[in-house]
Amino acid sequence: MGIVSPGFQGRPRSSQPSLPPGQYLTEDFPVLSAGPTPRVSLDNWEFVVTTEAGAEHRWSWSEMLALPNETPTVDIHCVTRWSKLQTNWKGVSLDTLLAEVETAADYALVHSYGGYTTNLPLEDLLDGQAWLVHQYEGGELPAEHGGPARLLVPHLYFWKSAKWVRGIQLMLTDEPGFWETAGYHDYGDPWREQRYQGD
Amino acid sequence: MADQDYTDGNMLAGPMRELFAVDLTAATGRCANCGLTGPIAQMRVYQHAPGLVARCPGCEEVVMRLVRTPTSAWLDLRGAVFVQVPMPAESPASW
Amino acid sequence: MARAAVPGRLNRGASWRVAQLVESREETGTARTLVLEVPDWPGHTPGQHVDVRLTAPDGYRAERSYSIASAAAGNRIELTVQRVPDGEVSPYLIDVFSVGDPVEIRGPVGGWFVWRSADPAPVLLVAGGSGIVPLMAMVRARRAAGSRVPFRLIYSVRTPRDAYFADELRQRARDDGGLDVSYVYTRETPDGWPSAAHRIGVADVNSHGWPAELEPTCFVCGPTGFVETVADILVALGHDSRRVKTERFGPTGG
Repeated sequence: MGIVSPGFQGRPRSSQPSLPPGQYLTEDFPVLSAGPTPRVSLDNWEFVVTTEAGAEHRWSWSEMLALPNETPTVDIHCVTRWSKLQTNWKGVSLDTLLAEVETAADYALVHSYGGYTTNLPLEDLLDGQAWLVHQYEGGELPAEHGGPARLLVPHLYFWKSAKWVRGIQLMLTDEPGFWETAGYHDYGDPWREQRYQGD
Repeated sequence: MADQDYTDGNMLAGPMRELFAVDLTAATGRCANCGLTGPIAQMRVYQHAPGLVARCPGCEEVVMRLVRTPTSAWLDLRGAVFVQVPMPAESPASW
Repeated sequence: MARAAVPGRLNRGASWRVAQLVESREETGTARTLVLEVPDWPGHTPGQHVDVRLTAPDGYRAERSYSIASAAAGNRIELTVQRVPDGEVSPYLIDVFSVGDPVEIRGPVGGWFVWRSADPAPVLLVAGGSGIVPLMAMVRARRAAGSRVPFRLIYSVRTPRDAYFADELRQRARDDGGLDVSYVYTRETPDGWPSAAHRIGVADVNSHGWPAELEPTCFVCGPTGFVETVADILVALGHDSRRVKTERFGPTGG
């Protein structure tokens, strides 16, 4: 089908081993947005974990900052095909936030200010794989990149790293989120190129 | 400016034309959230995203989403109460 | 060649067709007009656009939407493409795409931001930057139809060098009865220009547009912020929002 455009290469796709298949390397940090940027004041900000039994665990901004913080350096991979290597973040490990939470849940549905949602297995949030981050490259996380705070789950495509995160709902069954209900993969492993449902 | 990172429903004409026999940008839709009724062409479309997200210009709720994968198109219209498409009057049957 | 009788007619804008570049010309330092020959082009209404699709040898594809600049005329259409710095498609179309090369297009598409020459209402066109392109198609279609519908065009550009179609607009304003063209310069004005460089405001729209009582159809095209500003001004000046048609150009990644 179709024709090849003479002399057209497009953005350079890389076959270098540090990049998942089909990704290209970018130095800048593209802003993706599916809606207006929510403005959340730190006074009103809170992060809530809700268990399948309805129990709620809440942190205010200052309570979250008072928890032990980590400074992960990770590669990130967006399903729109850009990858960015060695990004530096600061935030709280989900292991810390979920340490006192009693649950039998296997799945998590992440909720954001502005209405965005994304789903992932609970185990992908644990064991040093996920953070609630509030700093990027030494400065406060800009609103267009998800500030005041976003999720960071770098081993999955970046749509799982919800911007403007406000809470996590723990569930016994999987429930697809915003992009997952519109054709995107429920898990989203970039190394297996799980972009769409059925990949 | 991040807050104006949208275009409008006019750009949906090509992608929607893949799915439908008629032009939908000239159609009228009603937002399921706030009830605003207006042309599909005047919705706010966010395209710097994994798919196209069309929002109501009144309340900014999602009216429709379109994701094009290599093998299918996913169209979600849950934010629209209806889409009214102008159609020419049917010519009377000849007998 | 045998063809199915019915299929294709209803959905004529849906399929990709191969066009060929037959001519290209520079409009400004950063914009180029591409003249494409499209076999079996069904014709178009001014304001409509086409989607352009590029394919790399490994199958990678990029797709962008461009307004048609020309009035309907046989199998030829003209697209005027603005270079987007670090873009993926526009630098190709401006620097690499050569006369004789093929390109895939889909269209014409869009049925709302269009001017039909049978509509007798006066017309106000307001363009910001490359937003002039679909409005120029309307100006050209008006002339092609021999229409006497009164047109006014307000064209906002950064500097005189950024104006597309400047010579042609000067000529049309002189020769096509009932077309007025005025400019707003946002960064740098021509020598002797009566006002300082400024962003478009109520006074510009009020003095160079139509009074709301004449119930003109207004077409506003440009970057999102420009379009929001002008649409708000028009509604504040009493224009019915249903007669204010807008098309926004985003930072397209072009």
